[in-house]
Amino acid sequence: MNAATLFGLCGAALVGIGLYGLITNPEPLRKILAFNLLGSGVFLLFGMIARRAAAAGLGGDPVPQAMVITAIVVAFAATAMAVALVQRLADETGQASISSDSSGAVNGEGKS
Amino acid sequence: MPATTVPDATTADGALLVLAIVLPVVGILLSFVLGGRCAERIAGVLLPAGLGVACIVFLKVWQGGEPLIYTVGGWQPPLGITLRADGLSVAMMVAMAIVICLIGVFAHANFGSRAASIETRAPLVFWVMLMAISGAMNMIFIGGDLFTLYVALELLTFAAVPLVCLDGRAETLQAALRYLLFALLGSILYLIGTALLYGSYGTLDIVLMSQRVHLEPATLAAATLMTVGLFAKTALFPLHLWLPPAHAGAPAAASAVLSAVVVKGSFFLIVRLWFDVMPGLLSVAASQLIGVLGASAIICGNIVALRQKRLKLLIAYSTVAQIGYLFLMFPLAFSADPLHLQYGDALTGGMLQAISHATAKAAMFMAAGLVYAALGHDQISELGGIARALPMTMFAFGLGGLCLIGLPPTGGFLAKWLLLEATIATGQWWWAIVITAGGLLTSAYIFIVLSRAMGPPSAPLTLHAAVPKYQEVAALGLALLSVMLGLVALGPIDVLQVGRPEAPMVQLR
Repeated sequence: MNAATLFGLCGAALVGIGLYGLITNPEPLRKILAFNLLGSGVFLLFGMIARRAAAAGLGGDPVPQAMVITAIVVAFAATAMAVALVQRLADETGQASISSDSSGAVNGEGKS
Repeated sequence: MPATTVPDATTADGALLVLAIVLPVVGILLSFVLGGRCAERIAGVLLPAGLGVACIVFLKVWQGGEPLIYTVGGWQPPLGITLRADGLSVAMMVAMAIVICLIGVFAHANFGSRAASIETRAPLVFWVMLMAISGAMNMIFIGGDLFTLYVALELLTFAAVPLVCLDGRAETLQAALRYLLFALLGSILYLIGTALLYGSYGTLDIVLMSQRVHLEPATLAAATLMTVGLFAKTALFPLHLWLPPAHAGAPAAASAVLSAVVVKGSFFLIVRLWFDVMPGLLSVAASQLIGVLGASAIICGNIVALRQKRLKLLIAYSTVAQIGYLFLMFPLAFSADPLHLQYGDALTGGMLQAISHATAKAAMFMAAGLVYAALGHDQISELGGIARALPMTMFAFGLGGLCLIGLPPTGGFLAKWLLLEATIATGQWWWAIVITAGGLLTSAYIFIVLSRAMGPPSAPLTLHAAVPKYQEVAALGLALLSVMLGLVALGPIDVLQVGRPEAPMVQLR
């Protein structure tokens, strides 16, 4: 097993864990963390693809590296936005949840 | 497979494509520099200018019969990025630009900031995000490689989410958060697909990839991940949970943008993926599965819409149903007989459905917003007498409804007729049943609303606020457009076929 395959498998494992967490965790903050884990897996996948160009005698393929930098910036912006929303939601209701049932209860308490 | 050369040199007038993306960006930057009170004035200049650019691009492509191409910085693919406007792109560009401009007219009443003495948050956010959506949509329509499309998709999400929670109430914040999480899941799945495709083919350019793509596990995995991700963003049936609260909770103008324009962005990427990046790779079984999801969306969305008590929620669930029609074009385009892929009718019908839904749904959300403003609520059971108080608004709502049902001569009729024709041509009669049943269910809830609105009021009607005439005119204008789209068959409907091969690449199968 060479390094590229190992990194590829690590990336795939991170994607799997992140996807599981994103779907099953009910708390928004944990979902955001899982999204970042998933993102890291994808970035590792890009790194692995860039490294495969080494077979052609190059040090690495620059295109996936350029893409991964852009993708990291996008993921950072997405995380910032999601955290801001969670923060604002917690300020408004006292707790942050995205299931509509609990929000109804919280709203009811807030009004009474 | 025929080895065709890439037509990747910048064509004459290719710079117009850059203008289509850059104009909204200039507007956003200027709005932040000059402050919130100028944002509306800037959007008022730049959004019509964007419409003008889109119209010029449309005319060039229609008359030339050739796609417009611009290679950014003169770098050729596979390394460089191309912007490419073919028939599908220009038709969508013009339609979305018109809808966005009319929404801008409508939004003047709610987010107008000229008279205000102090700068407020909501108008600045609304106009900046409206311009951002217009720029991101243009980028999705003309982006020529998959990673540019990813960035455009994220831009669209980041512009759409703040519109959901514009009023800052707890429930809209929650809807926005849920929408953002669904959208992030969708775009990260799309990104994995992009990585896999680049790993397999060493390019992301759509034209180059369509020549290299072949059936292998990595391609299949990439295509599946990207499609599922885009389904989540388009709110196709089992992944639609975020849509109704997000679209129904936003202010009327924002709902109109979200429902009419934003969901079409990710839908357009699915079309690009299956018709341009991987032509002929969609298997019959997979296309039938997509059709089943679309059909369930039509039936479930319509039935849930029938049971809604609030007008805006009804319209939001009707969006879930109408999105289903868009996905019926996949089984119809990729029919069982591989030698005769029926691209033409199904593709034209699907795109026409996307455009006519955009105009009709924007008009209906605007009408619902005006009803809400006038009555102070939007309970369907207490709409009595509103048709007498706001005749023009309810007329716009009715015309939009006719378009959704698919009565002639509306655009919805033409779209559904083309899809029905494709069901007959490909012998898939079961989709015809779904299309017809969907139309019947749609007519049921449109008539419930209209009959309530035309009935007598239970108590003497008191209007909370006067509704400005130009808002009603904007809604009516969009509704009339959706009706007149049916006449497009006499004119520029053939533009949709510009830039796509006459005979699809059946060898790939």
